[in-house]
Amino acid sequence: MSIRQKTEPTRLPDFRNLGVMLRIMLVVNFLVFCAALVRNPNLSSFLVELIEMAALVEPTLIACLLIFSALASKLHRLSYTGGLLAVGSIASIIATLVYRLFTPLIDGGAFTTLRPALLGMLSAVVVMIYFDLRSRAFSPAFAQGRLMALTARIRPHFLFNSLNAILGVIRTDPKRAELAIEEMCDLFRALMADNRELVPLSDEVALCRQYLDLERLRLGERLQVTWDINGCPKNAFVPPLMLQPLLENAVYYGVEPSSQPAEVVISARCRGDEIRIEITNPAHETTERSTGNHMALDNIRERLMLFFDLEAKFETKVVEGIFHAYIRIPYRQKGTR
Amino acid sequence: MSESTAPSDPLDPTLHVLIVDDEAPARSRLRVVLTDIAAEVPTKFVGEAATGAEALELLATIRPDVAFLDIRMPDMDGLELARHISNMPNPPAVIFTTAYDQHAVEAFELNAVDYLMKPVRAQRLVAALNKARRVAPISGAILEKLTTTRRRHLSISERGRILLVPIGDIIYLKAELKYVTARTRERDFLLDESLTHLEQEFGQRFVRIHRNCLVARAAITGFSKLPKGRASSNNEESGEKTVEAETNWTVTLSGLNEALPVSRRLWSGVKAAFSGEN
Repeated sequence: MSIRQKTEPTRLPDFRNLGVMLRIMLVVNFLVFCAALVRNPNLSSFLVELIEMAALVEPTLIACLLIFSALASKLHRLSYTGGLLAVGSIASIIATLVYRLFTPLIDGGAFTTLRPALLGMLSAVVVMIYFDLRSRAFSPAFAQGRLMALTARIRPHFLFNSLNAILGVIRTDPKRAELAIEEMCDLFRALMADNRELVPLSDEVALCRQYLDLERLRLGERLQVTWDINGCPKNAFVPPLMLQPLLENAVYYGVEPSSQPAEVVISARCRGDEIRIEITNPAHETTERSTGNHMALDNIRERLMLFFDLEAKFETKVVEGIFHAYIRIPYRQKGTR
Repeated sequence: MSESTAPSDPLDPTLHVLIVDDEAPARSRLRVVLTDIAAEVPTKFVGEAATGAEALELLATIRPDVAFLDIRMPDMDGLELARHISNMPNPPAVIFTTAYDQHAVEAFELNAVDYLMKPVRAQRLVAALNKARRVAPISGAILEKLTTTRRRHLSISERGRILLVPIGDIIYLKAELKYVTARTRERDFLLDESLTHLEQEFGQRFVRIHRNCLVARAAITGFSKLPKGRASSNNEESGEKTVEAETNWTVTLSGLNEALPVSRRLWSGVKAAFSGEN
């Protein structure tokens, strides 16, 4: 297989993402810093120059970021080269405008006139190259599927126990067994699907309900589930299999080790343009099985990062014997990134 | 009822079976397969339990030949249950069942302990039952080797039944002559285990304050000084052989009006451990 086949076509970064914006600002300011460092042998002139350059660069940068985020969907419709050209041109035009606006007009010929445009264009290209390299390094994801590899796997423990439970009811309650096998089909279909696009929250919730229903078959009354998701818009899009592995964790660590009924609570609400999801379950004394837990949680953290960069947050904590998993993701209404 | 309580007749090939699993469908699955193979290995289902504690309670009244124990159960796992069962007089043969547990399975293979993978297959079940009939029960030493987690309970055999003492209830463990006494808020229990052994397993929870005494760290409320003269009389009481130099400090305990002497040798360590926790 050639390398070309392995990688997906390169794409422009998501200009609406705060993390991406932050990175653009960091890279450009880094360039400014280097330029000032090269030109100034002593500290005081270096600082003065840095401030002077910043006075020109920051307005340019902010204007560019605003325009890019406004035009994000249009830019993404272009081919990568087209997008690159568009981004470069916008940057050079803005740079020229800002330069004209803030500095006294010096007539130094064509080079002087074109210099800001060239600098804007080159900075844009450097930033885009940075993002290209970063997406390659960070995510063979969109290449072969770091995401696919990361997509939470159902624990073999769950698979074999569920199959055993189905066999346990197959003679006494064939209908229940049928239902369980259907649920299992759906669950595995979802697991084996191409999980690189966001899915509606309602789909994820439906999948989780099926999963929990399967668990209820074997755990009976010990598994108590409370859904509190009415505060969340139904058209929100979330990474596929974002909740199911967390619920599997909750069942494995919170419900199975308890001989008494144990409650798993899933709550989701929308605050501004953020979706906040929390899953809680009773925490039990940790035994030797804690490494698997970290793997599942790290896995989700990395997938959220691949989908949303710095805009997603994932935290876990134990408060008064209750384990909390807490997710914050931007409110997206479309399945594409 | 009378049938099930009587120990099975050695001439009767019917095996009396107890099933312990926290998942109801898993228990019913095993029962179904047992009926399926009744022609090959006649069995009689004498009871089932969803937890280890329930199983031990049941074992006071029934005498199964074979007990199927699920490994992963809440509160008390199958391995701990097997250890408590092995303390019974004439314990049943134990067959472990598991749906998926790589570590346990590796350990079983290593120690030639029989186990069944769930879903259980009829032929595999026949083989396991036949083997259980022939082979001696798993020894306590092997069970101890298999256990990877600390026990949550100690067990004692009292008038034919197994009593469980939750580790969390034990305030102190004291070695006296042949036995070790476990003291809870309510009463004393005589254990058939050595203090050293208990210290190895539960060293995190208990601190040794004397050659013959382990105290639950959480139960220590403070230290008090004995009036002069008391300490020496204490030494005399404990007999010539067991004399250990004692400080005149004693440990005071929450919920128990007893003062335990701290040995001179361990005093600094005990004090450091206690002040470190506060």
